[in-house]
Amino acid sequence: MALLTKPATLVWLFLMAATCVTTWGLSKDQFTASVATLSIILIAAIKVRLVLLHFMELRHAPLPWRLLLEAWVLVVTGAIAGFYLHAAPVA
Amino acid sequence: MSTSPAVATRRLPGVEGVWVFVLADMCFFGVLFVSFMQERIKQGALFETARHTLNPDFGGINTLILLTSSWFVVLAVDAAKRDRLATIPKLLLAAMLCGIAFGISKAIEYGGKLAAGITPMSNDFYMFYFSLTGIHLLHVIGGCVMLTVFWLKARRGEFDSRNMKVLESGATYWHMVDLLWIFLFPLLYLLR
Repeated sequence: MALLTKPATLVWLFLMAATCVTTWGLSKDQFTASVATLSIILIAAIKVRLVLLHFMELRHAPLPWRLLLEAWVLVVTGAIAGFYLHAAPVA
Repeated sequence: MSTSPAVATRRLPGVEGVWVFVLADMCFFGVLFVSFMQERIKQGALFETARHTLNPDFGGINTLILLTSSWFVVLAVDAAKRDRLATIPKLLLAAMLCGIAFGISKAIEYGGKLAAGITPMSNDFYMFYFSLTGIHLLHVIGGCVMLTVFWLKARRGEFDSRNMKVLESGATYWHMVDLLWIFLFPLLYLLR
């Protein structure tokens, strides 16, 4: 089926798989809190970027718009990770 | 990479105004994310205890629902580009039903919390939980209304490769709702 080989469909499959890894894999106790949390933040950032570039078609958009939204991802991810590292893991 | 004529030149999907709104809304949520993280530093133990009362299954399933809804919208826009007019309403309806499923799941989740005596007033964590997910839910409800209008328009054949600015603008908004949840979910349910 042509549908299954569309780039958007491959991106969707990747996003679904990444969500399962985050929700039901990395949240388990066999990973230390900081490794799991930083991986979860990084995966969320990658997912958001894929939505921006492929679903919202920013990969074909004028560069200033693409850079503006990619900068948002960078700033928000950096802030979340920074504040997280600033606070020692509780458990 | 796609080389269809519609995307051969650099262009912003939809109208520029929707992108200004999307960026402003994303910055608004960005500020809320940062205030949550700041408060988490001050009240680490309380936030961690409260977080454990949230069920990540709800958050994870809701992420899968929104991602799938977004994917249907991508396919609907693609169908419009290719003038496959009969396919567009089906995909928009599927996207809208996913939005409804998200709302139902959220209602069940809120119901469980309220039944357990947990309200936004319980502590700062729940204040963030209810307000962040609540503001996001309003976006989802607005999106469902929009998708219903789009579905009716598509049934009348109003979207095609020459008339898709409105569809693309709505799609951009709907993907933003998905994108915000991708950060919101781990922030509230998974950080430890």
